[in-house]
Order: sequence, then C-alpha cells, then structure tokens
Amino acid sequence: MNRALAIIERDLRKFFRSPTLLIVTLVLPLVQLVVLGNAFGGNIRNVKLGVVTLDRGPETVPLLRKLDAIAANARTFVPIAYSGQGRAMAALKAGRLGAVLIIPPHYSRNLLLKLNPRVGLIVDNTDRSLSGAVEAAFNNIAQQMNQPFQPARVADLEPPYVRIATVELYPYIPYMQYLLPGSVTLALFVTAMIGGGIVFIDDKSRGLHEGYLVTPITKFELVSGFVASGVVKAIASGLTVLILGGIISGIQDLFNPLRLLFLLLMTVVGALALISMMFLLMARVSDPLVPRAIFGVLNTLLFFPSGAVYPIEGFPPWMRVLARVDPFTYAVHGYRALLLKQVALAPIGRDLLVLCVTTALMLAGASWAFKRSL
Amino acid sequence: MSEISRKPPHESAGIEVRHICKRFGSLAAVDDISFEVKPGEIFGLLGPNGAGKSTLIRILTTLIDPTSGTATVAGHDIVQAPYAVREAIGVIPQNMTSDPDLTCEENLTIHARLYGMSGARRKTLARQLLESVNLGKWGKAYARTLSGGMRRRLEIARGLIHQPRILFLDEPTTGLDPVSRMSVWEMISHLRDQQGLTLFLTTHYMDEADRLCDRLAIVDRGKIVVLNSPAALKTTVPGASVLETQLAPDLPGGAAELETLPGVHRVQKQGEAIYRIFSDHGPNAAEALMELARRSGIEIKTLSIQSTTLDDVFLHFTGRGLHEADAVPARGGMGRTAPF
Repeated sequence: MNRALAIIERDLRKFFRSPTLLIVTLVLPLVQLVVLGNAFGGNIRNVKLGVVTLDRGPETVPLLRKLDAIAANARTFVPIAYSGQGRAMAALKAGRLGAVLIIPPHYSRNLLLKLNPRVGLIVDNTDRSLSGAVEAAFNNIAQQMNQPFQPARVADLEPPYVRIATVELYPYIPYMQYLLPGSVTLALFVTAMIGGGIVFIDDKSRGLHEGYLVTPITKFELVSGFVASGVVKAIASGLTVLILGGIISGIQDLFNPLRLLFLLLMTVVGALALISMMFLLMARVSDPLVPRAIFGVLNTLLFFPSGAVYPIEGFPPWMRVLARVDPFTYAVHGYRALLLKQVALAPIGRDLLVLCVTTALMLAGASWAFKRSL
Repeated sequence: MSEISRKPPHESAGIEVRHICKRFGSLAAVDDISFEVKPGEIFGLLGPNGAGKSTLIRILTTLIDPTSGTATVAGHDIVQAPYAVREAIGVIPQNMTSDPDLTCEENLTIHARLYGMSGARRKTLARQLLESVNLGKWGKAYARTLSGGMRRRLEIARGLIHQPRILFLDEPTTGLDPVSRMSVWEMISHLRDQQGLTLFLTTHYMDEADRLCDRLAIVDRGKIVVLNSPAALKTTVPGASVLETQLAPDLPGGAAELETLPGVHRVQKQGEAIYRIFSDHGPNAAEALMELARRSGIEIKTLSIQSTTLDDVFLHFTGRGLHEADAVPARGGMGRTAPF
C-alpha cells in the first residue's frame, strides 16, 4: 500500500504545482457550461426582415404596426423596408436578409372586401431555427389579426381573414447538411491546433528549432515556412472532410466545378486565418503542455459561438460579440452559403474579406512576437 | 571527406571574443570573457555544468545576444552580421537537433536546403557525408532508430553539410559510451587535420579536453580561470604528479627523507613502507627515488607514476574538484512531459 502511496504523492504534487493543469481542469468545464448553455435553444432575435409593400391602402398600417410591435418587444426580427421585390429577393439570396415579407397590391381592398388576401413570407430555410422563429412570429400576427378585436354585430362576426403564404427559398435541408460547414471549419482548426500548436511546440521544446536558428534562414522565411506548411495540411484535411461530409450528408450538386473552386478559395482563406491565429497564440509558448491545455477551451470558444450548430441570432449579446470576432463565424457562414445556398462570390465576399484581414493582422502580430533566437 | 572541397579561406576562420557578458536577471552566466581562437585550431572550453560554456557557445553561434561585449566569428561581428556568421559556421548543439522522424538522408538534405543548396548537390553531399561518418548504410533509416553515437555522428555530418569553416560542438560526447566517444574524437581530429577546420568545443570531460584540444580555456562561474595548451596547463600545477611506491625495507628517514628529493612537495605515508609522493614532475622524482634507493641499498618493490591530470589543473585553479563544482543548474531543458 505504501508503494501505491508513492504514486499518489507524486501525481498529486505534480498536479497542484502546475498552474496550467489546474486552470484547464477548472476553466474548461466552466467555459463549456457557459458557452454551451447559451449556445442552444435561445430565443431567436434580430432576424433581418425585408418588407416590400406593394399596396398603398390603409389596411397595411395595422399590419406594419404589428411588425413594429414584434420588433420592439419579442425582437424576433428587424423590419427593413425595401422598395422593390427584386432587390429584397436578391438581398435574401445573398444572405443579407433572413426573410422577406411581401404585402401584395390590393391587399387593403381585398381585406376590406373580405376576399381573404394573402401576404407572402419568403424565408431563408438554410437555418431552420431561424426560419422557424420567423414563421412562428407571423402565424402569431395572423392569429391576432384574424380574431375580432371586440364583440361586433352579427354581420361582422366573421373577421377579415389574412393568410400568410410561406415560401421556403431552398429545398428541405437536413440538420446534417446544416452542420457540415462547422465540421469542415473544425477540420481546419484541428489541423492548425495539432500541426501549428502541439507539434510545433513539441519540436521547439525538443530543441529541433535550434537546428533552424543556427542556419542563415531569415525570420520571414521561418514564419512563412511554418505558416505555409500548416496551410497545406489544413487544406488537405478541410477538403477531405468537405467532400466526404458532402457525400454523406447528401449535398446536391456538390461537384459543380465552380462550387468546388469557390470552396477551395474559402478553404485556403479559412486555413490561412486559423493557422496564423494559432501561430500568434504559440509565438512565445515553449511549454508543450500549453497547446494541449488550451485546445479544449479554444475549441469551445471558437466552434459553438460561430453559428455552426445554432444560429447566432439566438445568442445572448455577449456571445454575439464573441461570434463577431470569431474567425470561425465567417468560415462557417461562407461554407454554408456555398454548400446550401447558391454558388456565387457575392454572398461570401464579406467572409473572405474578414478572413483575409484577420490573416494579415494575426501574421503581423505573430511575426512581431516570434523571436528568431533562443 | 577529403573529396569535398572546402571554400577558399578568403575570410579568417578564427574567433575573437572581447569582454563578452551575458546576464540572466542577476546571474552573470558569462562574465567578461575575452579570448582568441586561431584558424585551424581545436579550442576547448572546459568547465563544470553551469559554468557558462553553453551560454557562450550560444552567443557565438548567434542564438542569443550578449548583454555586452563584442565578438567576431570568421571575421563577422556576431551582433552586426549574424547571417554572415551563420553561413560560415556549423553547429552541433548539446541537445540532439536532428529530427528523429526523418531519415538520415532527409535530415541532411533538408538542412542543406536551409543553406539554399540546390537539389542535386544536396543529395550528393548528403551521401558523401553519411559515408564519411560511417553511416553510409543508414541513409534510409529513421534517425530515431540510431544509437546515441550514430546519432551524434549524424549531427556532425549535418553540421558539415554546408562546408563551414568553423565547427562548434557543445559537449559532443556527453552521454556516449566509451567506444562512441572514441569514434567522435577521431572524427574531430580528422576534421582539423584533413580539412583544416577550426573547431570550438565545450566539454566537462578532462580526458576529452586533454586529448583533443590544442588550447584550452578553463571556465568557472562565467569567467575564464586559465587558458593555455593542456600540456602547459599541467606543468603549471605544483606537486600534482603523484608517485606511489612500496619499499623493502623501509627507509630509515621515512617520509622526511623522501621530502628532501628535488621537486617533491609533500609525502604521505600510506602504510608500512608505502608512500605517496607529490612532485612537480613524476619521471624526475622517480629517477631521484631510484637513485636514493640504490644508495641506501633498499629495494623498490612497486612504483607507479600518475602524471598531472586536468582534474588537478582544475582543482588548482578553482580550489574545487570538477565534480563538486556543479552549482548552477543548466539552462533550458526538455520541458515537462505531456500528460495527454
């Protein structure tokens, strides 16, 4: 028994002497609690709703007021007025809007004539939590409008009847397809974490980097070499997960050459951003425990707030801020646009731009922090 | 290795160190050290762990900057022109820096690439060098499968791939078995004799320093205690050559009579007619002893001469034995092992 105590003593001494281990043991579960606790099932808020009013009649006013009431209270959506149906639809397809409401011509007249007019609701159903929340809000509006406000005369017992005609913009999207962009981004991240984090620091602590430092290689050549090799590895794993995941989840027309080209572009830019972020984090680290320790925390902090598993619109404000500064968010958004929506550059333009700027900033920081000496 | 032509020595292949200091916080790891290494010389730094040897070699190989002082390596200032220094030197660090997950040949060709060498040349040179360090058959073997001595030879080959004029070796035989040590020593002497390389090495082995170095600086606590050739250093220590003898019968005058012999400093009586005689020069003292024995009609039953070692030199100049001198733990290390 005394011999077993020797092992216990050694392990406990080491455990309580390593601040990194202690922090990870406590921080990882707490971060997961807070992030995951807020990542799922929150009320969807602030979906951008394009509103196209093609009717100039008086009955549009109560409907628009109801929209404003929701925008002010439940805040499910933010109405944005569009003058034409074409522009609103373009914005919806480009992902700038989550839904478009179209109040058709003669809406007021038909309502007054009790012709049961329909308003059109076109939803971006790539995110079912989002489109579901918007649809629920509109069902609510319709119900309210279709109930008599006060007891009326017998002839008026039947209220004017508004119907919401909901159109889903894309074919039915299973959750697996919804999840795929996150998985591909995760593949990039894990490669960056293992290659650019764990192996990099292991090599450093084993003194292998000393072998580089005594040669005439410049700091720029070192940094670009490390980054480029990381990017190549990340691209390989990202594309593999993309193709296999695409086949498994049944993405339609996956092998469209233009789509593949844009996916490759997205992967290159995403890999660059994540690798350079990792390089910045690791520039001054020499303890091989550190990358292993922050792996889990970083994964939780980057993956779940990115909208990979649940829409950002359902997050509390602080987590939406996190989502904004998280490079994952833009990669997930870009992949989702390319895989589930349309093959075009415009919807991913902002993602590419943000990721490129991130890369530039992180690389500048990493080059500054990286020391070409022991 | 003779088939590999060296670059013409258009620059000096020497080293000049002027008042180099390196402080880590309040600790002066290297404390105002100055010396010169001539081209084609094997120069050694001898000292206990923590004496500042590795720090000095790291400064001279541009891995860390000195706190103050200047040094030129191969004619280039280590702070002003580190890249020129790096071109001119080969470094075999104390920790193995060859990659265990690469083959021997890959280790060499990739290292050659760091010096901007072209593809075909890299391959030829790598093969030649592996051949010359007796690893010709191991080109396709992973470095991790090599024994300690072979791995060290691989490191030496790697340090030579760009045909440097100066080679730095930080404790080249630490951790090697006696046979491997011998083969590394032979390789080092060969490099100087056949190729005219300047070699700068650190060691905490007296025998290594004695055997290899043309000149030797003994360092302790960041300072050079003494600098000279091993032979000259040994003659500077008074009474360090030890004679052990057994006489029959005992001298009538005992130890006191032995102490009158020329060059003898001190005599210890070890037992019945057994003496330890401390003198400046063993052979001279032995001759005098034999002369005395002959005159007194006494038989010398045993006689052994133990000449001055660098241990004695170290003890003489620092007041401590080399192995009791380990004080400050060496910098760096492998870091903690990962738990997951």
